[in-house]
Amino acid sequence: MDWILWLEWFLKGLILCLILLGGFAYLTWYERRALARMQVRVGPNRAGPQGLLQPIADAIKLVFKEEFTPAHVYKVIFVLAPVLTVVPSLVLAAVIPLGTSFNLFGRTIHLYVSDINVGVLYIMSIAAIGVYGIVLAGWSSNNKYAMIGGIRSTAQMISYELALGLSIAVAIIMGNSMNLVEIINAQKDGWFVVAQPVGALILWIATLAEVNRAPFDMPEAEQELTAGYHSEYSGMKFALFFMAEYQKMIVVSMILATLFFGGYLEPAFLHGTFLSVDAVWTIGAWQFPAWFLGPIYLFIKVVILLFVMIWVRATWPRFRYDRLMSFGWKILLPLSLAVVFITATGLLLQSEYNNALYYWSIPVLSIISLLICVVFVNRDLRRKSYGRV
Amino acid sequence: MTSDLIVFILLALIAVASALGMAFSQNTVYAALYLVLNFIVVAVFYLLLGAPFIAMAQITVYAGAIMVLFVFVIMLLGVQSLPPAKTLPWQKPLAVVLAILLAVESTYLLLSRAPLTQALAAPDASANTTSNLQQMALALFSEYLLPFEITSILLLVAMVGAIVLSKHEKKAGSGNGLG
Repeated sequence: MDWILWLEWFLKGLILCLILLGGFAYLTWYERRALARMQVRVGPNRAGPQGLLQPIADAIKLVFKEEFTPAHVYKVIFVLAPVLTVVPSLVLAAVIPLGTSFNLFGRTIHLYVSDINVGVLYIMSIAAIGVYGIVLAGWSSNNKYAMIGGIRSTAQMISYELALGLSIAVAIIMGNSMNLVEIINAQKDGWFVVAQPVGALILWIATLAEVNRAPFDMPEAEQELTAGYHSEYSGMKFALFFMAEYQKMIVVSMILATLFFGGYLEPAFLHGTFLSVDAVWTIGAWQFPAWFLGPIYLFIKVVILLFVMIWVRATWPRFRYDRLMSFGWKILLPLSLAVVFITATGLLLQSEYNNALYYWSIPVLSIISLLICVVFVNRDLRRKSYGRV
Repeated sequence: MTSDLIVFILLALIAVASALGMAFSQNTVYAALYLVLNFIVVAVFYLLLGAPFIAMAQITVYAGAIMVLFVFVIMLLGVQSLPPAKTLPWQKPLAVVLAILLAVESTYLLLSRAPLTQALAAPDASANTTSNLQQMALALFSEYLLPFEITSILLLVAMVGAIVLSKHEKKAGSGNGLG
């Protein structure tokens, strides 16, 4: 346990936090620009070229805003809640590998902060802790709208955590490990999304619900709850909630990319070429391993996944609350159970009989079960479209 | 070794303080939060002992799922501050006796089974490997399969019970979407 190791950890953690903070700032810009394009507007384009300085202007505005604390709030928790929301969204990224490794001053530096054997469980537990910030914000605000927002978010996050856990279990079964590095290495021959597209879809839906993004943004449904759990927050305290939401979007996209889209690995058709993450570039006498391609691939994947999130927000209206609950419990949970069963059985039969047919029955059967769910939802919606709770 | 000891003592102080805070706080939400803190500290203890799986399971299950439901119920019922406790006359002496019994028993076990140096021994690195996790899973699904399955059946029964209790009779024709 030498001090250089401590320094390395510290620097890695610091850099990761800075990446997430910068990512948060520019994700807001990206979202506003992309949403504006989809709504045939221009979006923020005044501060700097293409509006690139807009996040900085926003940050300055938020820092100098008055922080108002309403009367009769539970002061300690009111102040603590934004912190409790931001910290999990930052530490969540600690186990996600950003790339392979490189040598610096004779040390091998891996591009992850921590490599633990229960990396997937770590993600689950930190995500579970993340609920508290929102709940406590809603409760301590002494405001009925905030309270309802907080309670809605708890109910929603608990409900969708089941589907989230089961779809993560699909990736664990396929990767045969809970270690994220090993899961990524298991995807060298093919991303898990190819063999199990339904699992990836469920994970994506469940993570949308976990980060309270549209169409699952019930906790802050502005038509019903003004601003939900952060109604009473202003200034930097509000900015922290905002920050947590966008950081969670980034981290969740990283997790989805890691578990189902090969993480930092290149697409299969680039294997063995000079664009592979394992390639060594030779420039004259210099041998140069191309480790820096890993973060670039991950970045591209994350940007694409974030774009889909923004696209969904621009396209779909919000769920009705009872339908959100029914969808989580009655559709998503049974479907994810079926998907786990199909995956486990298919892989077992494949290893037992060494027949690729069993392996390819996994995506086919999963898609069939997805279609059954879609048909069921459609029929149900048509039959009960006039029903009330 | 000494750094581990310092960490342990600090964590132990936090654990005891949060447990006391839980027991003595008048506001139920604060009590629940103290308990969450306590669970997290215990999880860190597991990490110190080289059991990352149990640590993460502790946080996910207790701090994540169960306590969130507790907080949820407390907030929904609106019983934030407790009324003065009404205790049965024999409850207090019984509690004192049982507490003393527990303290004596745990002290005896601590002193007889594990000398202090041994309890703090550093875990070997094998705890943080995938094969270790696989061995645990194998033990759970082969040697301890029966308790495992019985537990899951118990949970299923509890779930069915909760659904039956909370289900109210619906009038004909009133359903909600996606039902």
